[in-house]
Amino acid sequence: MDNNTVIQVEGLTKMYGDFAAVDAITFDVKKGEIFGFLGANGAGKTTAMKMLIGISKPTAGKAQVAGFDVYKQAENIKKSIGYMSQKFALYDDLTVKENITFFGGIYGLSRKRIKEKIAILLEELGLEDVSDQLVGALPLGWKQKLSFSVSLIHDPKIVFLDEPTGGVDPITRRQFWEMIYKAAHQGTTVFVTTHYMDEAEYCDRVSIMVNGKIEALDTPKKLKAQFQVDNMNDVFLKLARG
Amino acid sequence: MSITVSNISKSYKSVKALENISFNVKEGELFGLIGPDGAGKTTLFRILTTLLIANEGTATVADFDVVLDYKKIRNNVGYMPGKFSLYQDLTVEENLNFFATIFGTTIEENYDLIKEIYVQIEPFKDRRAGKLSGGMKQKLALCCALIHKPKVLFLDEPTTGVDPVSRKEFWDMLKRLQQKGITILVSTPYMDEAALCDRIALIQDGKILQIDTPQAIVKHYPKKIYNVRADNTYQLIKSLKTYEYNHSVYPFGEFVHYTDRRADFNPKDLIQFLESNNLSNVEIEKTVATIEDTFMELAK
Repeated sequence: MDNNTVIQVEGLTKMYGDFAAVDAITFDVKKGEIFGFLGANGAGKTTAMKMLIGISKPTAGKAQVAGFDVYKQAENIKKSIGYMSQKFALYDDLTVKENITFFGGIYGLSRKRIKEKIAILLEELGLEDVSDQLVGALPLGWKQKLSFSVSLIHDPKIVFLDEPTGGVDPITRRQFWEMIYKAAHQGTTVFVTTHYMDEAEYCDRVSIMVNGKIEALDTPKKLKAQFQVDNMNDVFLKLARG
Repeated sequence: MSITVSNISKSYKSVKALENISFNVKEGELFGLIGPDGAGKTTLFRILTTLLIANEGTATVADFDVVLDYKKIRNNVGYMPGKFSLYQDLTVEENLNFFATIFGTTIEENYDLIKEIYVQIEPFKDRRAGKLSGGMKQKLALCCALIHKPKVLFLDEPTTGVDPVSRKEFWDMLKRLQQKGITILVSTPYMDEAALCDRIALIQDGKILQIDTPQAIVKHYPKKIYNVRADNTYQLIKSLKTYEYNHSVYPFGEFVHYTDRRADFNPKDLIQFLESNNLSNVEIEKTVATIEDTFMELAK
């Protein structure tokens, strides 16, 4: 694995009985890249992602994430990555400050560092006025932006985002992507799943999973050329419809 | 009119979920409520399906008042809530039978209405609903909402979290149900689905921003809108935002949608500005506004 590769996957497979939920996928992701991980519901995205973040053991194949082996060094992986999803984001019954403090603590930041982080995050997100409000009372868009910032609190090498913008209003959705661009620009690798095909266009490269296999992987521009269509939605429809 | 909503307001403690909402849905119409989470869509659905009482205003569904005639409404509408609400520990067939029975009908009586959808889940009819995939749950829920042949169908975010292929299939199904004479009120956070409705209401923070046909809504977009592209999208967005004449800057797929404050805007000036900001391969061309552009302009 050269210095610039932060995720390297070879023949990664997950079997449930006779069923290959993830069927020998191979790809790699470079430092600072925004990598879109697309596929229909049930195509195997979540199963693959669980293996990469160290919470599910593969049946076969190899994978290294942030320089660590998914079989033997899952705990190191967990410390080196950030993760956010639409479902599990933050604790609704803790305040904004308490959530930041909690996740900072989980990732082993010092009290001093947590204090600094709270000040930085609140200012960046413009949440100073609501820092003592329960997260549950915030609009979804604010929650998701806060959740993304919290997933970066320990300066991870890679952040995994599982449908981060589902249901979010269009303006906030774009602000969210500007945060992603910024993180990538600063060298964080972003691994993201989405059902919004316009968001697929914002990625440096995109992979599309169909029935457990990666059926396409390239820049959005090249994928559109390859399938002779104008947008990623049509690429997706062509592939997933078979 | 199949649905009439007049000056409906609803608050939860200090939160105004709906503020003075009014609109009508014609018989046989496919009407879309388009807006993000928290816009008030679900509250409105619950009021129209008689599960919640508004603080102010009146509404009718299939000519029945939502408060006075709530029992009649319940017999005449189908409701598919955003959250999967069937019995997880009953099988597919048991769920369908249950809903048919409580509405005093049988699966056989209205089978033609659900046939096309049901055949796709029939191979799994003995499986418990809780064990179905997301797409199959959605199809079963739609069958259960249709089994008593409702006049009006309420679908609250049926496609949220669903991939583009399954979303397209779902909308094809809706179009065919509409052809069978059912009025459909559907909500979605996906702006691209708005184009598939006869008319739409754009809704945010409990207020309706605009009601019209999707075609008319984009036609009334007030500004000239441009696609801008350059080699580095992140830098492009940052630079456009610092341009003193910008009115709006929104990433849009492979382009950035840009509008200018000046009436006599010349794209060449902008190209020059961007190139002086070290951006290369800058391209600008006029484009057509989408529903999403309109929504953002109105919500701004």
